[in-house]
Amino acid sequence: MSRRVSAGRIGTSAVRFNFDGNQYEGREGDSLASALLANDTLLVGRSFKYHRPRGLLTLGSEEPNGLVTVGVRGAQTPNTRATTQELYEGLTAVSQNRFPSLKFDLLSINDRLSRFLTAGFYYKTFMWPKSFWESVYEPLIRRAAGLGRLSEVEDEAQYDKGFLHCDTLVIGGGLAGIESALQAANQGKQVILCEEFSRLGGALLFESAPLTHIDALVAELEANANVRVMIRTTVQGAYDHGVYSAVTVNTDHIPQSQTKAPRQTLWRIYSKEAVLATGAHERMIAFDNNDRPGVMLSSALRGYLNYYGVLTGNSCVVFGCHDDARKTVVDLKAAGAKVVWVDTRASHQWVEGVESYTNAKVVNTRGRHRIAGVEVEQQGRRFWINCEALAVSGGWNPRIQLTCHQGGRPVWSAAVGGFVPGTKLPPGMQVVGAAAGKFLDGHWEPAWDLSVKGAAFVDQQNDVTVKDIKLAHQEGFVSVEHLKRYTTLGMATDQGKNANALGIGVLSQHSGESIESAGTTLFRPPYTPVAIGTLAGRSRGKDFKPTRLTPSHEFATRCGAALVTVGNWLRASYFPLAGETHWRESVDREALTVRQAVGVCDVTTLGKIDVQGRDAAEFLNRVYANGFLKLPVGKTRYGLMLREDGVVFDDGTAARLAQNHFVVTTTTANAVSVYRHMEFVHQCLAPELDVHLISTTEAWAQFAVAGPKSRELVQRVVDLDISNEAFGFMACAGTKLIDGTPARLFRISFSGELAYELAVPTRFGNSLMETLLDVGADLGAVPYGTEALGVLRIEKGHAAGNELDGRTTALNLGLGQMVAQTKDSIGRVLANRTELAQSSVRLVGFRSDQQILTGSWLIPDGAPAEQAHTLGWISSACYSPNLGCYIAIGFIRDAQDYMDTQMRAVSLLDATDVKVQVVSPHFVDPEGERLRV
Amino acid sequence: MLINHPLLGPRDAQEFVYKGDASLLQRPDPMAEDALEKFTDYAYLRDNPAGEHRELWYHEQGDRSWLVVTRNTLTHEILDVQLASEVAR
Repeated sequence: MSRRVSAGRIGTSAVRFNFDGNQYEGREGDSLASALLANDTLLVGRSFKYHRPRGLLTLGSEEPNGLVTVGVRGAQTPNTRATTQELYEGLTAVSQNRFPSLKFDLLSINDRLSRFLTAGFYYKTFMWPKSFWESVYEPLIRRAAGLGRLSEVEDEAQYDKGFLHCDTLVIGGGLAGIESALQAANQGKQVILCEEFSRLGGALLFESAPLTHIDALVAELEANANVRVMIRTTVQGAYDHGVYSAVTVNTDHIPQSQTKAPRQTLWRIYSKEAVLATGAHERMIAFDNNDRPGVMLSSALRGYLNYYGVLTGNSCVVFGCHDDARKTVVDLKAAGAKVVWVDTRASHQWVEGVESYTNAKVVNTRGRHRIAGVEVEQQGRRFWINCEALAVSGGWNPRIQLTCHQGGRPVWSAAVGGFVPGTKLPPGMQVVGAAAGKFLDGHWEPAWDLSVKGAAFVDQQNDVTVKDIKLAHQEGFVSVEHLKRYTTLGMATDQGKNANALGIGVLSQHSGESIESAGTTLFRPPYTPVAIGTLAGRSRGKDFKPTRLTPSHEFATRCGAALVTVGNWLRASYFPLAGETHWRESVDREALTVRQAVGVCDVTTLGKIDVQGRDAAEFLNRVYANGFLKLPVGKTRYGLMLREDGVVFDDGTAARLAQNHFVVTTTTANAVSVYRHMEFVHQCLAPELDVHLISTTEAWAQFAVAGPKSRELVQRVVDLDISNEAFGFMACAGTKLIDGTPARLFRISFSGELAYELAVPTRFGNSLMETLLDVGADLGAVPYGTEALGVLRIEKGHAAGNELDGRTTALNLGLGQMVAQTKDSIGRVLANRTELAQSSVRLVGFRSDQQILTGSWLIPDGAPAEQAHTLGWISSACYSPNLGCYIAIGFIRDAQDYMDTQMRAVSLLDATDVKVQVVSPHFVDPEGERLRV
Repeated sequence: MLINHPLLGPRDAQEFVYKGDASLLQRPDPMAEDALEKFTDYAYLRDNPAGEHRELWYHEQGDRSWLVVTRNTLTHEILDVQLASEVAR
């Protein structure tokens, strides 16, 4: 049976769609809601808690009941409001929260049990046994209560983000918004007007009066070059300094197969001023069984008739306490429906030929899957009136959500009969039209709770009844904030648009406290539900964060290197040769080759900062704990950087390429924060120094060439005498390769071997890597990755990120004497505090014939593995192919007392307990002779 | 939030990194007799005012200026923005 009685204001061509497996036909321009109503399908969902049959309550984005799942698999969107889902050919939707079907739902038993399932039921009932909460109760409750489900497959849609700037942002495209936009545009302002619906006109679109005036204004608006009209765009939040967020639904109204455009766009709108013209929405009255399918807000029933040409029922009861009810009576009558008007007021303007009851109220309804009749009480007399639909007009709630986003508190207006914006608005915002309470001051008398039994729904989305509110109040939840959290009033996807004012009215009626003093809870962004995909935009999967590739990435991937993520960087961790089946084989070979011949490692990821200026040396002298004033040109020095609280921040090297020019390196992890810190020291603490800093991490490709044959190899590519006499340990120079490529050479070593670091402009990095291995083939040169790099530095006892963990001091690291006391530097004063200066914790080495795990706790022999007995911890561990055993470095207290003793490295997480020997952390070449040959 | 950069005009706060109380500009004299006490306060003690607060922001995704921003912590209104290097001088 079709309920379509006229063409309304939408198209005439047929659109086929599927709901719960049944084929239906709607019209172009229908919403899913209006199309279902036109097909006489009133039952669209089951309620959240009691699984009661529910129909549509509204026709807008505030809909609490008509939540459906649209699309399948990767395009599946749960909790879509049928009222805002535009119909398209082939749309597929299913209802939610029912099993096995909408008409026969097993869990509707909850409705019979409703007198037990009152506010706080779950808190009070599922307390015992405690362990049952996670394993039994919660999963059961979650399955029973609920909304739609996720498809659990990757979302197929693309989402996008955009930025817009304007003088005036107009929020809402009804009459008030259109007029405001025109006014601003005619003053020469750049205007953006956002409208949630697919068409401008606002509430007037849904009234019976002709649209001549609106159409003329819309045409004027569209012709105005200063105005950008954005339909299907909902402003979701008002943030500081005129920043607004908005979501445009680009393709949800067309079949996914027909478009490649982003599904939705999240906008950040920067606006000098904003006009809130969001209008108002109607509210319900609480009477018993006020939630049956076919019970609708009066303006919604009227709107479906006027805009979509759908008459929900041939016989309708209109129940109201507000003049607005009359408009529905008039329009329904004109459409040929049989209308009965029930009104709580003593008098109102009559409509000729309509059966009317004043001083009367609806107290109950009947009907199973749709309403069949209403019980009316008038002067103590009760009687039933049969009907197919009930329109309720309980007054109006201005849409004031965005006025609250910066702490504004709405105030109750008795004249309007609703909450209106308070005096504190987001700066630059003004509120116009119905959102400000205008046009709403028709004759109104309060009507809140008219129920007899208390089974009257206040929040249809969360199944909160009058009884729950009364109970919460009896139990002492008197503040509206507590009421909300205890009963869940206003907490679901409609965020209280329907329930808040009614709930506060009911509370006031029963507590005797005025609505003015009870006040209301505040609203937060977003105004309507926003998909997570929209917030993520393009930052998904591999685009979640940028990937930084090393200069020799091409070489590494061609060699089949295993790659490892280090922050945003992708680095080669080892280079397996044919026949190597386990990573340890490759790593052991690389580490041995470096100690016996020569290896090449891409170390570009270490931060590089160029420091120039007359005071460059003085500046470094302040940021590093050790001295830099006397570093000669052409030399490099290890530098230790402290935080102001005396803890080690970072370490690296500073090479003096010229009198006023240094190149500083940082650890990979701290490249950004060290640069930030150095800028802080310069700009905030030492602005008088003539020094300039710039990060050159990505400008130079840098390679460690390490091993006894490194000099021979490097000499083959650089145009510089690098004999030990000409280019000694810690030398540095700006130079060039033999082919003329500009280069920088540093004789520094992380591995403990004779070693160089050779840098060239990044674009030559890959070819330098290839060249080094090519010309070094006869020397046995191999590439080595981060794993071997780690093995080599642990063998040498060099601290890295694991040791510089934000808790350790220079003293702990065995570098206490590096903190120069003869000059000021960041962190020196606090590093000398008693607590730090007297610490006995030191970096030591450990050996074992069993694997030692990083993170293990060190426990004395014979003591239980408990926190109270720990002596320290293992910070880095590996297998040393050069020593032929497992080694580690870590920290223990009273280190000198434990040297060359045995203790245990215990990891309770990994259930390991390994005997270790405490030794010096310098396993290889403790005197540093290899560095200087 | 928007920060009115003295050189670049209004820039989105997302471009900045927040550090905290601008009292960090007043680094105590490290050679003074009570240096340890002063540095302890300097490193660890901050006021947490409900109202005007002078604080340091770093334009990391911009020109790398450190700024001293005077912001009302209750309203987020920004009352003044200066280059830290000029304040520190």
